[in-house]
Amino acid sequence: MIEIKHISKSFKETQVLYDISTNFEEGKVNLIIGQSGSGKTVLLKSIVGLHDVDEGNVFFHGRNFTQMDNMERKGIRKEIGMVFQGSALFDSVNLEQNVMFPLKMFAEMSEEEARERANFCLKRVQVVDKNHLFPAEISGGMKKRVAIARAIALNPKYLFCDEPNSGLDPRTSIVIDNLIKEIITEYNITCVINTHDMNSVMEIGEKIVFINQGRNWWEGNQSEIWNNDNEEFNDFLFTSELTKQIRKSMI
Amino acid sequence: MNVFYNVGMYFLLLKRVFSKPDDTREYFKAIGKEIVLIGYNSIPIVFIISFFIGAVITLQTAYNMENPIYPEYLIGLGTRDSVILEFSSTIVALILAGKVGSSVASEIGTMRVTEQIDALEMMGVNSASFLILPKIVASLVSFPVLCIFSIIFGIAGGWAAGEFSGEVPTAQYIYGIQYMFIPYYIVYSLIKMVTFGFIIITVSSYFGYYTSGGALEVGRSSTRAFVSSSLIVLLFNLILTSILL
Repeated sequence: MIEIKHISKSFKETQVLYDISTNFEEGKVNLIIGQSGSGKTVLLKSIVGLHDVDEGNVFFHGRNFTQMDNMERKGIRKEIGMVFQGSALFDSVNLEQNVMFPLKMFAEMSEEEARERANFCLKRVQVVDKNHLFPAEISGGMKKRVAIARAIALNPKYLFCDEPNSGLDPRTSIVIDNLIKEIITEYNITCVINTHDMNSVMEIGEKIVFINQGRNWWEGNQSEIWNNDNEEFNDFLFTSELTKQIRKSMI
Repeated sequence: MNVFYNVGMYFLLLKRVFSKPDDTREYFKAIGKEIVLIGYNSIPIVFIISFFIGAVITLQTAYNMENPIYPEYLIGLGTRDSVILEFSSTIVALILAGKVGSSVASEIGTMRVTEQIDALEMMGVNSASFLILPKIVASLVSFPVLCIFSIIFGIAGGWAAGEFSGEVPTAQYIYGIQYMFIPYYIVYSLIKMVTFGFIIITVSSYFGYYTSGGALEVGRSSTRAFVSSSLIVLLFNLILTSILL
């Protein structure tokens, strides 16, 4: 389990996160949702230590990540896989080399074993016979899949995804969502996903944390989203007439 | 204040750069790649510029020594000393600040704004060391070699201009470039070039590493890297000259 206790973060005079506390449950898909600029990405990057928080603590299975020095953090980071919003694949190497990179850096594997593992991960995300291509030569959806393959290469305990569906068409978004869901179920990974995609919330969200204006505005599970009276949350999630009607019928 | 902040951040970055590498095999591979990018790929521009500047130095020296009192071999001597003492280290370093420095800043800056550096950090890799240390090592190897090439190309350019314009016969030029030769000048030039290589790569990497924003900021970082590293090279040129000569 990942516990977040009273996290606050500001950049110069701009306060982005205000006293956020929540838990992300083990082996489940935990979603952080909220509109653009609400502080989702800052929260995600604060959890994994890419931003230093002003106040508060993050615990990975009871281990206080925030208070650790760089060397101790390194140990935990090897248990974390992350998929970035823009995929963040390394431009200068091909897809296979991208997935092999963490294996070569940290796994006690020969070049051949690392290649085998990379090919297994690429196959797992349905990227086949494209190993020799470079990131610039593939589509956005495939980049996301390769990023997932790289994130799971070291068998992580935790998977963080920052808007894995951004810039993708609805069908590809669902493919990516299902792929993440399958993988985390298969390997019992604790997953935290930043999204503002309604489909993701409905399809794969098990625990949902709604961030609004840098605050934890609402949290609950999938079944609770239909029957809650949080006005801001409902305004965010049920924006279109269609979704409003669906909600009515669900209630 | 901004200058002090940047200097402080620069040294903090260097501290991270010179920490223990995560995987030495990957570092050695990266060093080889960087030597090609920084050193080998710079040979054509160093050749062209050195050859033509050497030629121009010879013609200008010849023009200023038209008085028959001065022996013709002094033109060769003048070209040799100008090339070794100043051109092949300082001027070539300024050219490389433009070519290599801006490329390093934009490469690292692009990696920063596309979250590739964050991805490295997330994997537990010391991104500063992984990205910058191989470039520093490659520059410390490549820059002195480029300096030697530049000296050879510059003196060859001087010979070609003297010979084909009829200003200096080959025999006189060759006598001139050997006359009163002080080997320490080469050492002085190499010391300068090693220092300039370190400055160009680390300053450019610094501006690239702390880029924030998008494509516009990458361009700005690249420009800042060139301007700052050029100014620091000129400052250190003065300091090293007053210490070493």
